[in-house]
Parts: sequence; C-alpha cells; structure tokens
Amino acid sequence: MLAEKAARLGVEQTIRANAEAGRGTLIGYLPIGFPDLDTSVEAAIAIVRAGVDVLELGIPYSDPVMDGPVIQRATTAALEGGFHVRYVFDAVRRITSAVSAPVLTMTYFNPVLQYGVSEFARDFAAAGGAGVITPDLIPDEAGEWLAASDEAGLERVFLASPTSNDGRLEMIARLSRGFVYVVSTMGITGARHEVDQAARTLVSRLRAVTDRPLCVGIGISTPEQVSDVNSYADGAIVGSALVSALADGGVAGVTEVAAALAAGRFAGGSHAEGIQVG
Amino acid sequence: MTEATHLRDAHGPFFGATDSFTGFGGRFVPESLIATLDELTAEFEKARVDPSFASELAALHRDYTGRPSLLTRADRFGQHAGGATIYLKREDLNHTGSHKINNVLGQALIAKRLGKTRLIAETGAGQHGVATATAAALFGMECVIYMGEVDTERQALNVARMRLLGAEVVAVTSGSRTLKDAINEGMRDWVANTKTTHYLMGTVAGPHPFPEMVREFHRIIGEEAREQILVAEGRLPDAVVACVGGGSNAIGIFHAFLDDPSVALIGCEAAGLGIETDKHAATLNKGTLGVLHGAKCLMLQDADGQTIESHSISAGLDYPGVGPEHAWLKSIGRVDYRAVTDAEAMDAFRLLCRTEGIIPAIE
Repeated sequence: MLAEKAARLGVEQTIRANAEAGRGTLIGYLPIGFPDLDTSVEAAIAIVRAGVDVLELGIPYSDPVMDGPVIQRATTAALEGGFHVRYVFDAVRRITSAVSAPVLTMTYFNPVLQYGVSEFARDFAAAGGAGVITPDLIPDEAGEWLAASDEAGLERVFLASPTSNDGRLEMIARLSRGFVYVVSTMGITGARHEVDQAARTLVSRLRAVTDRPLCVGIGISTPEQVSDVNSYADGAIVGSALVSALADGGVAGVTEVAAALAAGRFAGGSHAEGIQVG
Repeated sequence: MTEATHLRDAHGPFFGATDSFTGFGGRFVPESLIATLDELTAEFEKARVDPSFASELAALHRDYTGRPSLLTRADRFGQHAGGATIYLKREDLNHTGSHKINNVLGQALIAKRLGKTRLIAETGAGQHGVATATAAALFGMECVIYMGEVDTERQALNVARMRLLGAEVVAVTSGSRTLKDAINEGMRDWVANTKTTHYLMGTVAGPHPFPEMVREFHRIIGEEAREQILVAEGRLPDAVVACVGGGSNAIGIFHAFLDDPSVALIGCEAAGLGIETDKHAATLNKGTLGVLHGAKCLMLQDADGQTIESHSISAGLDYPGVGPEHAWLKSIGRVDYRAVTDAEAMDAFRLLCRTEGIIPAIE
C-alpha cells in the first residue's frame, strides 16, 4: 500500500510519462453512484485495469447543462438512488487503494460551493484525489477555487472552447494544472461520428501559448477517435460511450469497451507537435 | 439617501461578468458560452445608447404592443383592502397578454443586429414562449421553445398558440420536467448553436448580461407607472406591489421607484402550500446562496447543492431561483419580500374578477 501511494503519479505526470513511453493517454469518465455506489466503484476500477490511464469521476448534479442525454440519464438515476456528494470521498479512497491511476472528479460548481470550497478541496485531496474538472466554472469566477485547490495541492482543469479568444486561452492554460480540457466541438457531451476539425485548430492555438498537456473531450466514443485525437493532442477523454456501455452491459460491458478504447492510445504515440518529453 | 441615488443609476447596479461587486450574478457557465455572452454584452451596450435602436423599439411599443399600458384605478377592489386606493398597471393589456413582450422585442432587435436567424427560449406558464414566438414571427426568424413536459400539459392552450405562431415547442422530459429543466435544455441548445441562435432569456436571471439587459427592457413598466400615478394622484404611491418568480415584471416596476424612499416596495413570491411546508417557490424567504442557471443567487437547494423542485399553483412563479438583483435588493433591505400562499392568491384572483371585471393571471 505505502509503496503504491508513493508511486502514484499525478495527472500531468501520468500524461507526460505516457508521452515519453511513446503513447497517448485515455481519460475515462463514469458518474459516481450509477447504477449504484458499489457498482460505480467496481466499474471505475475495472476500466483502469482495462487500460484507462486517468479516471474522471462525475458528481451527479440536478442541473447538468454541459451533459447530453446519456450522462443525464445516469446522473439522474444516481440522484434518485440517494447519491450524496460526500460519497465521492469514499469512492476515491476505495478506487485509489485498488489501482494506481490518478483520479479526477468532474463537478458542477454548486455542489462544491455548498460543501465549502476549501473543505471540498481538502477532503478530496485527503481521500487521494488528484484534481478537479469544473465545467461551469470559468477562471474569471474562480478566485476562491484557485486558492483552495492550490492550498490542497490539487490539479485544476479548466475548459478551453473553439470560440475562446487568444487572451482567454492564455488565461485558461496559465491557471490550469494537470491539463487543459480542449472542448472538441460546440455542444454538450455525447457520442458524435466525427470529432470536429475545430479540435485540431484549438490544440494548435493552445500549443502557441502553453506547454501544458492538452486533452480533447466531447463527442469521442470510438478507438479510432481516441487514436486520431492522440495523434495531435496529449490525451482523449471519453464519457458517454463508457456510460452507455455500463448502462447496457454492466461492469463486463464497460470493461470491454474501455479495453477497445485503450488500444487507440498506441496508434498516435509519436506525434511531432506534442508536449516536450524527457 | 446618497447611497440610494446609486440604486437607479442608468447603468447600475452592476451585475457584471463576475459576481465580485454585489456578491450576486456573474457568469457560471461553460467556457463555450463566454464568447457569445461577450458579443451579446457588447451589442447591448451599443444599442442602449443608440438613438436609432431606441426609436425602433419605441415604435414597436407604440404600434405593436400597444404601450403605454393603462393604469386602472380599482375602487371596488380597494374597498376590500381596508379602503386603500389601488391602481393596477395593466401589463395584461399588452399584445400577447403579459409584460413579457417588452423584453422579447428588445432582445429580438439585438439578435437581429447580431445577425442571428434563430430564437430559442424557455417558458414556464407559456407567456414568455408565446411572446418569443410572436417576435420570431414578426421578424421572420426560426423559433424553438423549450417547455417542461409538466408545463406543456397544464398550459396546453399556450402550447397551441406558440405552434400557431410557427414555433417548434419541445417538451422537456429531463430532471423535474418543469421550467428549470427547460432553461437547462435551452442552454444546451445554445452551446451547440451560438453562431445562428440567440437564447432569449425570459427573466432577470441567468448569466451576465441577462439580468441587466432584461431589467433594461422592462424598466418602461415603472417609468410609465410613475408618470401615470403623478398625473392621476399628484403624488407618489405609498407602496408598489409586484409578484416575483424570476422577477422580471417586479424589477421592471420597482426600478423607477428605487430612489423614492417614501415608496415601499413589496415583492410577493409564491408560498405554495405554505413556506413551512416543502411545497413552495419562496426563494427569497427560504432560499440560500448558490449557483443556478449561470448566476450566483438565492435558490432552493438541499445541503448537497442539488436544486429542489419548487411548487406554486402559478406556473409563472414556479421557479427555484430568482434574479440576482432581487437577492441584492433584499440584502440591502430596499424591497420587502413576502410570501403568498396558493389559497391567498386564489382568493385575491376571484376578488379581482368579481369586483373589477378583470380576470388577471394567477400570478
């Protein structure tokens, strides 16, 4: 246990280590509490063992404006099943004691605000969490969160959008830790046949202002897309495809999909424009 | 009251892009909306000082909406209220039947200036949806209205009106299937379609610039009322009373009186079955500070920050949040916010029908 704790890498370290090893990174999203707390923990552990490099655990929220129908259905079911925000800490403890992948949480801001911004950062870090993605918190509004996440030593992921101007991209990258979440397309979560060219453009605009790792999310659902994204970015984020697989096929189903997606990391390992390694 | 002179500053109070000034408002939205909110803010700031915008809007108010709306003295109704002299500001006489058209025409003109071809909006009771569908028809724009499935059932007549006006009405089946979920769905649509689409927020809530912009377009209610009462009575009223759901009509009438310290301002929110029960929409009396629909405001929520479903017999007040400016006016004590139960509202509704021959909205 101690040895594993000491060996645990943060999110940014994991992405850089993968790049050094000549491969991309797969970040997998699952909501906590779906279909129930124990199964969600079991599924999270299983997808790491199947090859997911970084876990992104969603905190179910009543008004998820960034999420499409698949994730909405799952998080609504979790809330109806009696989910409480504090369950995230227990879930992270159980997951990190079983596997060594770093664990992020993806949460809308109001649950953090109600828990207490610094209390949330402190308790999430104490549980072994690596960092937090905040889809509805822009850096402009994040004063208290910047201080609390720094204090707790958490990685802090803000989103960059194709419509963000250069000044905003610079600010978003400067204040992000771990990686910058590159929003691939204008829209909400959910599988799409084609990930926009917009993602490529946004990645190259961000490369001009930062050497932070850049991971692309929204709409990525196939091993081919994971491979494609990893050919120009530092990681691919998959959510709805995993949640669908868990809903339809249980832990076995999501494990199978995760393994297939993870195979996509290798194809794009040697991207020329990626983060500097070594 | 030197401080009060700031209350009704033409550009204030400030509910800007961050919540740092008043502690309410701001922008708690996905980054993907920031560019379009910035574009909207810039166009609104240009329009509010542009005489050609003002004259275009004034012409619509006069020739299309039918403004100024009447101020009707309600003597028989007043006899039942201890003999008080009561005037009614008749926003019900506007085209489309409510105050909502004021804001809709203003925002639709802004959307046109921005080159948008599609209007989307949320609606609860359907008044805002009807007004938005109306403006879309008038300006030849595409229109999609998001409405909670529960509301499409209890307000079926308004659904039919929106469809007649050429709008697509989407029944929202996520979450609690009411107004708050319709707003979520509208924001999801907007995130994906900012290039072509303007989200026409119907109340003084949401991210900056909506609270300030919607207030600006409803300010005319109070400005007319203040002038009309001075002509009719030669004095200011002792009190101005308005209902508060999100709070657009209340802000509209209160704004002109903010700096008249002799005028008490009273906002009535929906107490549903009673604020001691869990079936109410009394956000200002029972809510706590949180983030909902892009703004920091008072809201009904549980200890985990999950939004609690509101209840009101009036679909138009059935909202678990409230505009940030109301939260601020409460915090500085300028407006007295009271809660009125479903039963009390129905009694007043019947009384007004029978004493004045005016059938109001339940709100």
